[in-house]
Amino acid sequence: MSDAEQPTDDHVPGDDEFEPIQVFPQAEDMDLRPGADNCYKCSTCDTNCPVAEVDDEFPGPKFQGPEQWRLKRQDDHDIDDSVMKCSNCMRCDSACPSEVPLSQMHNTARGEYVDEQMSTISREYLRNRMLANYRKLAPLAATFPRTANFVMGLSATKWMGEKLLGITSEREFPDFATETFREWWTKRGGAQVESEEKRIAYFHGCYSNYNTPEVAKALVRVYEHFGYEIMVPEQSCSGTPMFANGMLDDARRAAETNVRELGAAIADGADIVASCSSCSMSLRQEYPELFDFAGTETVAENTWDAVEFLRVHEDLEGALEGTSVEDSNFAYHAPCHSRNQGLDGQTIEIMDRIDGVEAEDVGDSCSGISGTYGWKAEKYETSMKIGEEMFDHMEDADAETGLTECPTCSMQMEHGTGYEITHTLEVLEDALVGARSE
Amino acid sequence: MAIEDDVLVIGGGIAGATAALAAAERDARVRLVTYKQSTLRHASGLIDILGYTPAGDGPLIDPFDALEDLPEGHPYERVGAETVRDALSFFDDVAGDAYAGEHTDANALVPTHGGTVKPTARYPASTAAGLASDPRDALLVGFETLPDFEAPLAAAHLEAAGAPFETRGVTLSFPGIVRDDAKVTRYAHLLDQDETVETAAGTTTAREALAERVRSQLDDEPRVGFPAVLGDERADEVRADLADAIGVDVFEVPMGPPSLPGMRLEDLLYDALEAAGVAVTSGVPVIDYETNGDADRIDRVVVDRHGAEIPHRADQYVLATGGLVGKGVRSERDRVFEPIFDCHVSHAEDRYDWFVDDVFGDQPYARFGLAPDRELRPLDATDDPEFANLRAAGAVLGGYDFAAEKSGAGVSLATGYAAGRRAGEECGD
Ligand SMILES: Cc1cc2nc3c(=O)[nH]c(=O)nc-3n(C[C@H](O)[C@H](O)[C@H](O)COP(=O)(O)OP(=O)(O)OC[C@H]3O[C@@H](n4cnc5c(N)ncnc54)[C@H](O)[C@@H]3O)c2cc1C
Ligand code: SF4
Ligand code: SF4
Repeated sequence: MSDAEQPTDDHVPGDDEFEPIQVFPQAEDMDLRPGADNCYKCSTCDTNCPVAEVDDEFPGPKFQGPEQWRLKRQDDHDIDDSVMKCSNCMRCDSACPSEVPLSQMHNTARGEYVDEQMSTISREYLRNRMLANYRKLAPLAATFPRTANFVMGLSATKWMGEKLLGITSEREFPDFATETFREWWTKRGGAQVESEEKRIAYFHGCYSNYNTPEVAKALVRVYEHFGYEIMVPEQSCSGTPMFANGMLDDARRAAETNVRELGAAIADGADIVASCSSCSMSLRQEYPELFDFAGTETVAENTWDAVEFLRVHEDLEGALEGTSVEDSNFAYHAPCHSRNQGLDGQTIEIMDRIDGVEAEDVGDSCSGISGTYGWKAEKYETSMKIGEEMFDHMEDADAETGLTECPTCSMQMEHGTGYEITHTLEVLEDALVGARSE
Repeated sequence: MAIEDDVLVIGGGIAGATAALAAAERDARVRLVTYKQSTLRHASGLIDILGYTPAGDGPLIDPFDALEDLPEGHPYERVGAETVRDALSFFDDVAGDAYAGEHTDANALVPTHGGTVKPTARYPASTAAGLASDPRDALLVGFETLPDFEAPLAAAHLEAAGAPFETRGVTLSFPGIVRDDAKVTRYAHLLDQDETVETAAGTTTAREALAERVRSQLDDEPRVGFPAVLGDERADEVRADLADAIGVDVFEVPMGPPSLPGMRLEDLLYDALEAAGVAVTSGVPVIDYETNGDADRIDRVVVDRHGAEIPHRADQYVLATGGLVGKGVRSERDRVFEPIFDCHVSHAEDRYDWFVDDVFGDQPYARFGLAPDRELRPLDATDDPEFANLRAAGAVLGGYDFAAEKSGAGVSLATGYAAGRRAGEECGD
């Protein structure tokens, strides 16, 4: 099959005129011309770009995507270095009324920029590679979590991070859990429910494994409550931070593992669910846009957001009827990568069903951190300027706790307001299973 | 399991949002599913009812006078003049102080960025001080980095158009903007957050720096017009601060796409949807439908969510997917069609009859769209309703040319209101 079909076909019936020009072996060689030609320069994408809104130097998605594409095809233009200012929030994607595959263009342009124009011994490259491959460092830190937390918290470490690597010293490194989710899972003896019919494979991603295993545990308890057998296949990073840093080779390796392992779980009768919105976005959209391993499409088609899956396959709202959680007011932020998947209203709808829970949407602005973006010293200010609108709304909301499904958004929410942040699955766990148990 | 509601509205432009609000008023459980962003992002934010008759007469002083004479099949004729009025007052309630114009049936005359004067029924409060019927002199301020508004030229055009006051235009640099293609959202954000900017006189805030530049240009004019970039989230506060600091009334001149007043209207409608308890699902398209044995009732529609197909079921459906621009109506070489339900779209067999050579002529394609009955149910080729529980609203309807008539937002509002109210009434019956 041809992966080139994916980019511009938005699945709306009647779009069958589009003919892919060529099948590409590598993301970097993709021909996105038909997509670029769809652009009629309406600038809707530009008005949605949170970076262009605060950064005078960023020319915006229309330039990064279709315009740069055309320039490049005319002569031997280099990729403009401003592409590194794009945060990969993918807002421009759902803005474009004309099906221009903007984020895919940005991803490929970034890949080419990093491959051809960035020195692999530059500080920026090393820093980006390190941030993108957070997963590689995490296991080490998780082996000595207390030491790691202590060292990461030291002001000397932060100072060195900023000076040597360009990682902002403004932020607190996330704590590493003393027990990873996978350790907990093995210790408890794996799945406690067996079922032929109801089976899911959990894509926990890096963050809920190493940093917030309580989110992963909540998922397990909620799904077991509905009678699901849970598989926890081998997995690698979803690749989101790698796409965002133009490290397409790293992303390709990670994706290959994931497609293979998740594909096997699907063959065993499972659907894939993810608790992080960037992970599900990556498996669902970015993989088929950028890669063509056997099974990429199957994985994309069978991957779900954890809450969405329950809404469609179970009567989640019915199950929540009559449940209650002691007075909880939340300020909810829908991550950009949830919006893109049509999930932006979901959490508020679900929370409405639980007695004692008030969840207030804090508006449609981007949180500004966009994964590794807000960790870079030179992007920190932009990141906080973007987040300002969300912080204001959170402060105004009648709530003390934040709620979101994206781990980095939650870091930004906490950083900007001092609120404690929780995950939708944790609230569902409270409502359906009762107070959290170890 | 399907996602279940009483009323499902497809499309989140002004037609869909209004339909969802009107249905929710009838205590129905309503969901709105919308795909990409609507034409609100391009539109001026003005609510035009009718500026010119289909025959090209105008500008019309009172649009309601002309409503009676519209040809059969025009969306206003379908819903009736009374409903158009009801829809407008429904809008007035939703918009509150953010919009003006409800004190009169007559069209207001709003200066545009090209220096023409546009007849419209409702206008954002931010343009209120700029009306062309107001006899006070005006200074128009443009910015070097915003070529879409040439203030001196617009001023000259306004004078030539016979505006009953003197207008002068000046071009300034916008404090804090260096890029010559900065996005309109960048200007708005600078003012919203009142960011710190560097000026020749030192460091100050964006609002103060802008006011200072304008003050030095003022020649006793009692009002100053800016391109519509004065803030987004906090537009009212920005405008009030500028007016205070300059010491005169401040207004915005509506701009071409992309348009902040359009975005503010979008925010206003979506805030209202949230307050009314309408569930909104955005970023994903409806791609198909299924009937339940009963061929003239839609049982459910299918939402495509990155490859997974999620059924959504409701009792009543409203189709508000827009026209050729919004992609509610699509064309291929040899046919024009409505892609979700394949509702009948009448058009000439021969595609060479779809347009006339004169680009400014009366273009048949501008009227392409669904033909509904008086309840706004789309009709098939034999004039029977396609489905008993499907209504259509907004630019997906045919029989009118919004660009020539200046009736775009008005038709979407009136038909959205009518379709949503009916859907809300009928569900559960
Ligand atoms: C450049 C421009 C300037 C304009 N200026 C003015 C003006 O000054 N005054 C005025 O009164 N009018 C103006 N108009 C016209 C007016 O904006 C439109 O007529 C009106 O907004 C149409 O609204 P709508 O809700 O019917 O459709 P749209 O705004 O087109 O919305 C349709 C929505 O449906 C969604 N959709 C489409 N297919 C699907 C699907 N399969 N599933 C789910 N969702 C789907 C689309 O993504 C879109 O969000 C202007 C229009 C344009 C293009
Ligand atoms: S992905 Fe986000 S930051 Fe990048 S161009 Fe698009 S909207 Fe802007
Ligand atoms: S929104 Fe789409 S069509 Fe409009 S300028 Fe951006 S890429 Fe081009």
